Amino acid sequence: MGHSIKRKEDVRFIQGKGHYVDDIQLPGMLHMDIVRSPYAYAKIKSINAEEALKIPGVIAVVTGRDLEKYNLHWMPTLMSDTQMVLPTDTVMYQAQEVAAVIATDRYAARDGKEAVMVEYEPMKPVIDPYKALDPEAPVLRTDKEGKKDNHIWHWEVGDRDATEKLFSEAEVVVKEQMHIPRIHVASIETCGCVADYDKVNNHLTMYMTTQAPHAIRTVIALVAGHVGLTEEKVRVVSPDIGGGFGGKVPVYPGYVIAIAVSFLVGKPVKWVEDRSENLQADSFARDYHITAEMAGTKDGKILGTRFKILADHGYTDAAANPSKFPTGMFSIGTGSYDYQTAFMEADAVYTNKPPGGVAYRCSFRVTEAVHAIERITDRFAFEIGKDPAELRMQNFIKKEDFPWKSPTGWEYDSGDYHAGLKKAMEAVGYEELRKEQAEKRKRGELMGIGISTFTEIVGAGPSKDFDILGIKMFDSAEIRVHPTGKAIARFGTKSQGQGHETTYAQIIAEELGIPAEHIQVEEGDTDTAPYGLGTYASRSTPTAGAAAAVAARKLRDKARKIAAYLLEVSEDDLEWEPGKFFVKGAPEKAKTIQEIVFAAYTNHPQGMEVSFEATHYYDPPNLTFPSGAYICVVDIDKDTGEIKVRRFVAIDDCGNIINPMIVQGQVHGGLTQGIAPAMYEELIYDEDGNILNGTFMDYLVPTAVESPNWETGHTVTPSPHHPIGAKGVGESPTVGAPPAIANAIVDALSPYGITHLDIPITPYKVWKALREKGVE
Amino acid sequence: MKKQITISVNGEKHTLEVEPRELLVHVIREKLRLTGTHIGCDTSSCGACTVLLNGKSIKSCTVLAIQANGKEISTVEGLATAEGLHPLQEGFKENHGLHCGFCTPGMLMRAVELLEHNPNPSEEEIRWGIAGNLCRCTGYNNIVKAIQYAGAKMRGEETPSTEPEFV
Repeated sequence: MGHSIKRKEDVRFIQGKGHYVDDIQLPGMLHMDIVRSPYAYAKIKSINAEEALKIPGVIAVVTGRDLEKYNLHWMPTLMSDTQMVLPTDTVMYQAQEVAAVIATDRYAARDGKEAVMVEYEPMKPVIDPYKALDPEAPVLRTDKEGKKDNHIWHWEVGDRDATEKLFSEAEVVVKEQMHIPRIHVASIETCGCVADYDKVNNHLTMYMTTQAPHAIRTVIALVAGHVGLTEEKVRVVSPDIGGGFGGKVPVYPGYVIAIAVSFLVGKPVKWVEDRSENLQADSFARDYHITAEMAGTKDGKILGTRFKILADHGYTDAAANPSKFPTGMFSIGTGSYDYQTAFMEADAVYTNKPPGGVAYRCSFRVTEAVHAIERITDRFAFEIGKDPAELRMQNFIKKEDFPWKSPTGWEYDSGDYHAGLKKAMEAVGYEELRKEQAEKRKRGELMGIGISTFTEIVGAGPSKDFDILGIKMFDSAEIRVHPTGKAIARFGTKSQGQGHETTYAQIIAEELGIPAEHIQVEEGDTDTAPYGLGTYASRSTPTAGAAAAVAARKLRDKARKIAAYLLEVSEDDLEWEPGKFFVKGAPEKAKTIQEIVFAAYTNHPQGMEVSFEATHYYDPPNLTFPSGAYICVVDIDKDTGEIKVRRFVAIDDCGNIINPMIVQGQVHGGLTQGIAPAMYEELIYDEDGNILNGTFMDYLVPTAVESPNWETGHTVTPSPHHPIGAKGVGESPTVGAPPAIANAIVDALSPYGITHLDIPITPYKVWKALREKGVE
Repeated sequence: MKKQITISVNGEKHTLEVEPRELLVHVIREKLRLTGTHIGCDTSSCGACTVLLNGKSIKSCTVLAIQANGKEISTVEGLATAEGLHPLQEGFKENHGLHCGFCTPGMLMRAVELLEHNPNPSEEEIRWGIAGNLCRCTGYNNIVKAIQYAGAKMRGEETPSTEPEFV
């Protein structure tokens, strides 16, 4: 624990020996390409494959009508909504899958795709989510019996009446309307699969880019069990994944079509989408319209918050939340502050946009929640003329008040918010910066300082509340130590770059005394790994990491028994130090873990089960609540609106740290994925539902030039309930960074009466806002 | 329609039949089975497919295989030698310059040319120098460090500390 050992997995990646889905090339493998809709909403009048089928190499064109014969033209979403695999008569969003072309090589498949003639009858789409709720709006989901509007669900939490009363009587009430933009995970590897159905053995091997292979196997069996693909006949293999970030949790139509085709023709079928398809059709993230309000006193005491959300889910609710949480963990949005009155409500709507939204590096809508609370907290500070750092210090939940019950029902496990912000303020030189800012303001120069002090909620989750399609959100570890003291450990999670091969080995090494380099970590093959719910929402360390520690402790208990037998003493006479048991008071009488393991196979106590293996399925008693204090400093050019991030200091608290190098790396990466929506990224649609920036030429993923030099540090407040006191960390920076940046920019503009700008805050937005305030 | 081309890849000569429209990246990946070179986009924006063509870093998704006829190509698979890892490979490993590894081969090949032209680049020169290669995981801090580390090693200087500044 606490050692920055270099990553075990890097040896293959730096030598080009990573093994990703598109690297798989099987004998006889066919290639699939997908015809997509140019319209956001249209009737399909006809699909003519005649010309496509004349192209050498093209062997089939599959449509919704073909899949309908097997009842495979639709599928359930993880939120118990329904989604077309291929349409039979209507397309609901631009870039929707319309037909699949199967060919002997990728070029022929692409030629075939260009040659398929589809006749559409375009209809007027519903794009604006507010207009979708208009009684006059056309009802989009006519496939749902009895559906009379575009409303999907209503959700609420907290005390509506008490909050109403508080807000009507409060000294100070502030309110802002915010949009958390529709964005895309844009992992550098797109999604894809090779579906390999073996007719003789009635067995499907599905190589695919998935963050949750076991859950996917269950879903495949549920959807295709009726054609013989029952769960024992399906093997899902998730090889190396080129970034996931939540975008590789859902089941996309392409996967299902590839399976169906492989099943029908008995040959392997590869589908790998290109980047434009990935951006335009795969699940988006965010797209919450939030009305945020805060009530408090003139001297700065926060008394309550109220959030009203409109969630644009596109054509279907294809979010990937725990089933009982339609807005995910948005209810963490009461933040890091000590008050007890809150009310939140959300309504979700259908529009003619791609379905979603996935939890993009986010424990299910936490990013939206944190943006709302941290922005409105700054707004409140501005309203009463108080420094936003001072306001936060005044309102933080105190270290001694944990575990702390939030007004929306969570029990925060631990935290020391004052220490985090203090450390961040010292690191950035907060007082000096405020002085510099005051000087600059006198000269009319624009400089801003923004703070975000967020509380995260990760590690879903305890089985009493958390499931996906009924399956509880536990996770697992299986450790097999071989006679020579070397081990293989397998997990229900799946790394997409997080470094599990290193950190899981470190946890086991810490608990068992076997060197990490002697522990081989494997994930992603449902035939060999124990069942688990996968890697997303920063859940791997809180769940599978905990399972690793508990399984290793089971083995240590067994080791004690074997050591007592070998040393001919009672178990109570033994003491453990990493790597060996020794007799109390006689340290020379000892047995190393390697000797003990060897004895487990060669000289074990009679009556004890032979071998040295353990498995644990961990059901977390609570979620973990990491936190962070981020401070951003920006300089803005008044003439052009250009924003320069001068400094960004991030202090994270994720409890005990297994590998500081990896934690820091996660923070760096998450911060860049935080600056992205804050300043650059948004999927933009016109009123006809055309995407305006559906390629990497115009969807602005930050390069090394846009990404500032991140300054990072940490505090440690261990989780009291996690076996090694750790919390998740991967998503904290993605969640915490956007409001810090937005707050800094708004702070810079605040002398002109600007109180809010929606992200992404571009130079044009800044320039325009200043001009609207009369700046020449 | 197929044309015969001869290319040298990592010092090994290959004579191949290719379609005139076939992209170099597909020939490298699917015909030569050197799958370290990756495809991350369709607009020459991401740089995951970066290789060296006659020593110059290019995006192999935007070059036709026939354009490489008679030329020398270097891919990530050719970086390490019998003596061990290339200093850049070592730099990336020692400085945690990669997470998922998908952009890494392209990033490495771009950095090879960068250091060749500028053996001692500043942080800013490195950031601009790799601006044609996207990484979604690392936030770039450690990629910059990795290239600085490799630069020092190739100049025969003491390499900077690889301990994370994370206190």
